[in-house]
Parts: sequence; structure tokens; C-alpha cells
Amino acid sequence: MSRSFAGAPAAQQGPAQARETGAAPRRRFPLRLLGPRFRRGLAGVAFLLLIGEVIGRAGLVDRSFLPPPSAVLARVVGLLGNSAFRTDVAVTLQAWAAGLLLALVCAVPVGLLLGSLPIVSSAARALVEFLRPIPSVALIPLALLVFADQGQMEFLLAAYGAFWPILINTMYSVGEVDPMALEVARSFGLGRFVILTRVVLPSVAPFVATGTRVASAIALIIPISTEMIAGGDHGIGIFVLTASGVSGQADVVFAAVAIAGAIGYLIDLILRRAERRLFRWHFARLGVNP
Amino acid sequence: MRWLVFAAVLVVWQFAVRAVSSGRQMDFPPPSAIAQRMAQLWFSGPADHLFLTPEATGNILPSVARLLTGWGLAAVAGVSVGLVLGRWPAALDVVDPVIQFSRAIPPPTLVPLFIVLFKLGTTMHVAVIAFGVVWPVLLNTIEGARSVDPVQLDTARSFHLTAAQRLGWVVLPATAPKIFAGLRISLSLAVILMVISEMVGSTNGIGFSLISAQQNFQVTDVWAAIVLLGILGYLLNTALLWTEHRVLAWHQSTRGLD
Repeated sequence: MSRSFAGAPAAQQGPAQARETGAAPRRRFPLRLLGPRFRRGLAGVAFLLLIGEVIGRAGLVDRSFLPPPSAVLARVVGLLGNSAFRTDVAVTLQAWAAGLLLALVCAVPVGLLLGSLPIVSSAARALVEFLRPIPSVALIPLALLVFADQGQMEFLLAAYGAFWPILINTMYSVGEVDPMALEVARSFGLGRFVILTRVVLPSVAPFVATGTRVASAIALIIPISTEMIAGGDHGIGIFVLTASGVSGQADVVFAAVAIAGAIGYLIDLILRRAERRLFRWHFARLGVNP
Repeated sequence: MRWLVFAAVLVVWQFAVRAVSSGRQMDFPPPSAIAQRMAQLWFSGPADHLFLTPEATGNILPSVARLLTGWGLAAVAGVSVGLVLGRWPAALDVVDPVIQFSRAIPPPTLVPLFIVLFKLGTTMHVAVIAFGVVWPVLLNTIEGARSVDPVQLDTARSFHLTAAQRLGWVVLPATAPKIFAGLRISLSLAVILMVISEMVGSTNGIGFSLISAQQNFQVTDVWAAIVLLGILGYLLNTALLWTEHRVLAWHQSTRGLD
């Protein structure tokens, strides 16, 4: 897995260029390889857990605010078996998925359109630059005032937040479509719609996928933040916040955060894998890892 | 061009508000009203305080201080650890799973976690921001340090530079562009975390004024805080970009760019 960040798609060196400049070729991180890398990683995790356990049990630190990993792990198992907690997770994930989907459905067509009209495109870019500094979470209180239904508001705001990275990436990548490919398609007499689906979309799709990963993180942040700010009955956010207010529930808080981290990790992993699978040809051509 | 669009939006907004029915009109005050309220709340203080009202010094300053402290800590930690890990692959392999997991934790969930660890207060805010924001810097630094031109490093070695010297004189400058990219991402994330942590666990700060305005149904105040945040984010980002330009000027000239 590479660690480069999606924003504007990065310009990476392919293997051919790498040989020229003598830069070290990028390494892949196959997770399943039980080689030295995996063993070292495992050792690192085990060491950390061991240290945590020793510190926790030796009474060096007050248990009520830094519980030993064993207690946290036990609590993780307990929470996963708890149907109320599972409902909370489901509610938050629902808002995430709905928001992300809505953002995709809106941003891709709009991005394609705006990206292909030069004047509108620069105006749109200017608008985006002006809206960008305002963090979506800052809009939560406003949205709370405007919308009566919190559930609806959560998913709509998540969609708003997720919309921009996807839009930006789509617009950018429309400009990067190979002009030669477009010319060839036109010279074959292909209609606009066919050019769109057969030339533009496949070229744009990998960048949209990268933007979607960034958007996914935002789409997860917003519902959780909303729950923490506005309260409500269900959701990971309100669960963790409530637990943090009760003394002696430190292990619950740690466990819930660990589960949230695992969920975040899984989502990112699935998206990356899907990206690599679906757009294998794109990454092969560039010689980079997603 | 950018400012033209911005001005156009403001003008449209100002007049569109009048045209809409009075029900929704309350929720979307015209820019003039927002600007007025902002001046009233924050910028109508005595001249010797830079025209800042007590409201401003009591909220804006603590927020910015927390933000910059947390981000600064993350920057220092991220760059220093990242440079080392980037050049020491075995160490990187050991720490990598922990990094990948920690950075996947949704930032808002860090707030209750650090409330448990540090109770309410400035330490909590700074810790939340620092922990949440170190990852882009760290990962970008690792990335950059890993891909330093081997020829440059070999040249440095042949000049008998120690590892520490190589790190400071070859690796760090070569990695600088990536580091700045990571710093920019971290900065916008830091603003987000500052806002969230203040909305949930604070009695002062921009985030706090935002949420208390909402709880008191003061729509214009909410808008004022939002605009303030936007301006703050923009100013900070511009400052960082300017610094980047100055620091990386030699870099771009050697590469024959702009």
C-alpha cells in the first residue's frame, strides 16, 4: 500500500523513469506475505501491547483512565456482541454510505460537465477554492438550525462534505483525458455519448476512485461529529461521548475507538483493493501502487 | 478571476435573500448582516487591543493558540520520526501496522478518548489535534525520505558525511516538497479537529461560540463564526503556501521549474 495522499492526483515516476533518474523503485506491501516484513510488523504490535499491559497492570497508571490492552480487548469482544452497540454502528455507517453514494451520484456528472466546459470550469474552480477553507463540520450547527430531522441532516451534510473531493478530482481528470484518444474517437465518427462512456469515463474513473477514498473519510467524520454535537439516540459518536462522561468506563471508550479505527481501516482497505482490481490497467500503465 | 467569482456570489446572495419568502430568510442572512455582526462581536474593541473585543481575545486567540500548538507538535514529531523511519526500512516495518491503524481512527472519536486521558482543558485540545494531525505529515515524510535519489546519498557518503549529516543536508531538503504537502493537509485537518473538540468539550473558543450560538438560535452569530473559520483557514493556508514558496525556491529553480 502506498502512503501518498489523494488530493490532486500525484505525479509518480513509472519504473522506466525511475531507472533513468536512479531513484529507488517503490515497494509493494502485500499484506499476506508471511515474510520478514510481516513478522516485524507483528513484533511491533505485540511489543506495544505488551508494554501497555505491563504499565496497566503494574499500577503505574491509574486504571480508570488508561486501561491495560487485555481489558480493552475483552471489552471489544463484549461490545461486538452487544446488539445496542451494533445498532449504533449500523446507524452511523448508514449515514456514511448514503452520504457517499449521494455525493458520487451528484459529483461525477457535474464534474464531467464542468470539467469539459473551459470557462465554467475555471469559475467553478474559483468557487470551490472559496468554499474549501470552510470545514464541513463547522456547518453542523447551521444545518442543525435549518433541518428539523437530524438523521436527514447527517446524511445530507455528509454528502455535501464528500461532494467536493470527488468533484475536484473528476474535474481535474477530465482535463487530463488523452487528447489523442478523443481525436481518434471523433475521427471514427463516434457520437458524443459514446465518446463519453468509452473514452472519457474509463480515463476519469481511477481519479474518481481516489477522490472517493478521501470523500469516504469525510463522509465518516461528519455523522460521527454530528452525533457528538447534537446528541441523538444512536450512533458511534454519541456512544463514545456518553461513555467518556461516565467515570470508570475508560475501557469502553478505548474499545469503541479501537472498533471505530478498525472500521475505518477496513473501509479504506476495501476501497484500495477495489481500486487496484478495477483499475489494474491504469496503475500498470503508470507503474505506481494505489 | 477568483475574486470576481467571490464578489459575484456575494452580490447574488445579498439580493437573493430579499427575494426569498420570509420563512427561510431567517436562516440565510445577507452578507451585509453577517459582516456587521462579525464587526460587532469581534472587531469593535478598543484601539490598543487591535480593535479586538474581549469576546474576540477570549475565543479567537485560545483557538488559534491550540491549533498552532497541536499542529506544530505534530509537524515536529512527524518530520523527525518520518525522516528516520524513511531511511530505516526495518524500523518502518515494525511500526507500520500501528501507524496504519492509528491513522484510520476517525478523528472525531479521538475527542472522547482524550477527554478520558486528559480531562477537559487545553491539554486535551492540543493532544487531540496533535494526535489526529500527525499522520499526513508522518506518512508524507516517510514517503519522501524513502525516495531520495540514491546518487545524492552516495555522493554524500563519499564525502564522509555522517548519517546524521546526510539526514539533515541531503534527505531533509530532498523531502521538503512532500513534507510541505503533508503539512498543508495536516493544517486543514487541524482546523477541523480544533472545531470539533471545542464544540464538544470546551467553554471557550471559536468552536464553542459556534455551538453556543446554535443553542441560542442566533443564526447570524452562527454564520459569523463560520465565516471567521473560513477566513482563518484561508489565512493559515496562505501563510503556509508563502512559507513553502520561500523555503522551496531553491528546489524549484534547480529543477528548472517556474
